[in-house]
Amino acid sequence: MTTSSEPGIPISGYLRNDGRKGIRNVLVVVYLVECAHHVAREIVFPVRERGVHLLGFPGCFPNAYAHRMLRQLCTHPNVGGVLLLSLGCEGFDRAALLREIRATGRPADVLVIQQSGGTRKTIERGRAWVEEALTELQSVPRATMRLDELIVGTICGGSDATSGITANPAVGRAFDRLVSAGARCIFEETGELIGCEQIMASRAARPELAPELVGCVGKAERYYEALDHGSFAPGNAEGGLTTLEEKSMGAYSKSGSSPIAGILKPGDIPPTSGLYLLDVVPDTFGKDGDVQVRWGFPNISDIQEIGELIACGAHLTLFTTGRGSVVGSAISPVIKICANPETYRRLSEDMDINAGRILEGAASLDEVGAEIFDRILQVANGAQTASEALGHAEFSLVYKSFESLGPACLPAA
Amino acid sequence: MQAHSPITTAESATGDDARLLRLHPADNVLTAIQSLADKTQVHIAGRDVTISGVIPIGHKVAARRIPPGDKVIKYGVPIGSAIQAIEPGELVHTHNVKSDYLPTYKRGEGELHAR
Repeated sequence: MTTSSEPGIPISGYLRNDGRKGIRNVLVVVYLVECAHHVAREIVFPVRERGVHLLGFPGCFPNAYAHRMLRQLCTHPNVGGVLLLSLGCEGFDRAALLREIRATGRPADVLVIQQSGGTRKTIERGRAWVEEALTELQSVPRATMRLDELIVGTICGGSDATSGITANPAVGRAFDRLVSAGARCIFEETGELIGCEQIMASRAARPELAPELVGCVGKAERYYEALDHGSFAPGNAEGGLTTLEEKSMGAYSKSGSSPIAGILKPGDIPPTSGLYLLDVVPDTFGKDGDVQVRWGFPNISDIQEIGELIACGAHLTLFTTGRGSVVGSAISPVIKICANPETYRRLSEDMDINAGRILEGAASLDEVGAEIFDRILQVANGAQTASEALGHAEFSLVYKSFESLGPACLPAA
Repeated sequence: MQAHSPITTAESATGDDARLLRLHPADNVLTAIQSLADKTQVHIAGRDVTISGVIPIGHKVAARRIPPGDKVIKYGVPIGSAIQAIEPGELVHTHNVKSDYLPTYKRGEGELHAR
């Protein structure tokens, strides 16, 4: 790995009691079952523009993945405090989650609607708690954060034929600079990497990681096949894509050209600097050992995937889009990079970067890559993204299950 | 393990036509960022090349001669193999390229997901 050539660009972060540093200082209000959603939303509504975000898990039955996701999200360094909302009879282990959050030194509490006098009284108590916590958040100490303390994720959504030749390779260039400066970068969507798994394996930082990378994509391929979901459609060829591997390379080009340091599953925090692949496809196998679909689609929308990147510690996410996604996220800002110049003109208020200029000959890939890198630093220093300014703070979490990582997947910390 | 060479400022340094996008210095195909008519004169790596046939936007043009069986390189990696000789300036697509991809789980590597 090259040594850092970036000057010591300072980021002013928020220092948490557990030693981690964040780039935002938000409060999260978390419903632990859909039945508590309304009360949680009512608590958030009047303070939604003061950095209070709504998260939650709708299911009544407990799920280890959902518990781990909420634990990692509630203890994310961008989060300064947590209020949990329970109906009272759901399966979620609220006591364990509260204990785990409090162990990190954050202000955290739980309100149980059945024990708090119902809807109105719980909303009142919740709003009072939030006001106090917002005051407490103002005294969180600031600390200089280096690039090697920053975690950045990337995702594509609403892709079109331009995504793979403008926004995605431009993000790849920004990722190369981040990784050489010591940052931890995460790419994902193994279902869209089918066809380039051998190419990806050739970038494994350690020989034992290569078959794990190939296996990861193989699992995605079988999972999508079981869902009867093909990868290469006739419209792809009409757009100029010749082979499956070419199409996948378009998505894969977001990863840049650094060696791949390891594989993560949702909630795993990358232990060292470098580039990581996030495996988002569930580990659900039948008796014959083959992939078995249990909960449905690996991720029901881009939002859930962004949530998984954040659960891996991502301080911010780079989102490339051709057709024009408008989303943001709770907890961590989303920088939207528009691949298509016509989409950019239609939705410019929703976009942070116009990578479509490459198609119009107005900028090179390197120039847009440098612009993305600079924007990351600005956003890390507090500048609002387009989706933050518009009030986007989406979140989605549903049932899934994963096995733990194998020993070959991660570098020695 | 060998990593790919770092990406440099290829598109400005190699003397390619502004209508053609080079995604990696090692590529032997370029992507048209606007549609090109038959017989259009373009520069590829500083040399004059005549486009043969119509190249729709987003489609690929051969940057140099690609003999049959040779890899087609885009993003610095093989995206398939030529099934016939492809001349500089020619459209590179499904009529002259085949995929090299074989699904991983059909390669007899056993339980790839097993840990």
